[in-house]
Amino acid sequence: MTRQFLVIGLGLVFATSYAVAQVGSQSGADKRRSGYQDMSEALQKMQDDDTANPGMLFVQLGGQLWAKAAGVSNKSCADCHGVDATTMKGTATRYPAIPQGGDRPVDLEGRINLCRMEHQKAEPLPPENRDLLALAAFVAHQSRGLPIAPPDDPRLEAFRAQGAEIYRRRQGQLNLSCAICHDDNAGKKLAGIAIPEAHPTGYPIYRLEWQALGSLKRRLRNCLVGIRAAAWPLDSPEYTALELYLMERAKGLKLETPAVRP
Amino acid sequence: MSNILVNAPKTAKRGDVVEIKALIMHPMETGFRPGPNGRIIPRNIIERFTATWNGAEIFAMDMSPAIAANPFVSFFARANDSGTVVLRWTGDEGFAAEHRVDIAVE
Repeated sequence: MTRQFLVIGLGLVFATSYAVAQVGSQSGADKRRSGYQDMSEALQKMQDDDTANPGMLFVQLGGQLWAKAAGVSNKSCADCHGVDATTMKGTATRYPAIPQGGDRPVDLEGRINLCRMEHQKAEPLPPENRDLLALAAFVAHQSRGLPIAPPDDPRLEAFRAQGAEIYRRRQGQLNLSCAICHDDNAGKKLAGIAIPEAHPTGYPIYRLEWQALGSLKRRLRNCLVGIRAAAWPLDSPEYTALELYLMERAKGLKLETPAVRP
Repeated sequence: MSNILVNAPKTAKRGDVVEIKALIMHPMETGFRPGPNGRIIPRNIIERFTATWNGAEIFAMDMSPAIAANPFVSFFARANDSGTVVLRWTGDEGFAAEHRVDIAVE
């Protein structure tokens, strides 16, 4: 009797280790990790629960703004794009992109502001404005779970190359580049905090340190200040170039907007 | 209008203990921070949160400036009768918000 159990037990052990090995080899193909995977379990649960994730408050607000008329033309986003915003599914996975008739890439917030100016005939919202972030979160939330898919527009190559160059360029008093932390030392600790691989999978993010929703720009400025470099002004093209490169680098990873980060 | 997210069960068995979770958008400005002009930003916090079940208070808490923005509150209550749970937040600058959830007890 005991022997039988022992055999079954050993079989189970074997089956489990085999399954673990299988999963292991699958993830071996793509070793990239979203910041989500390096968070504590409590924070992961907070992000996964739509009624505990504070970012969802902003998605809710974004939905209200989506349906609210603005500007001289008195049109809402919903008037053109539909009330349920299903037309926005996948949009956030493609940004930054070059808008029709434009010559330089804009990020999602920039695209929303273009819509405000061209179609709603309203004032553009200032960077890091709560309403702008809420709208961006609402739009990006429609793409939650979809893989990041940067467009193959050849005009973007030059900007992407600029982004890659910035990513590898040493700067600031600490003389560090993005790559030194996020490529060479990702997964290790810096002052007790795990260094993530810097994949922009969940922007705009709700960062607990900020107690608010913030854009990738704000996060990049954080890093720039951290390495004691002069942060570029908020409307600088450097941010978009860097975002283009980071999105290409994170191609295929799933969007998590609104993500929660410590 | 306030942005509120509430997670409560729609149905419960009589006598069961249910968890109610509530999240509200609020800056919870402490009153200790200087603004861009160097002046102290006046305190703006939620002072009190209460929950009633069919009018009877089941949970209440006083909030302080040390509580983070967009406070999340979770509490437990025993489901005795079907009814409406009313969640109420009140605070500085005349802040008042309310959210109702119906819970059917069988």
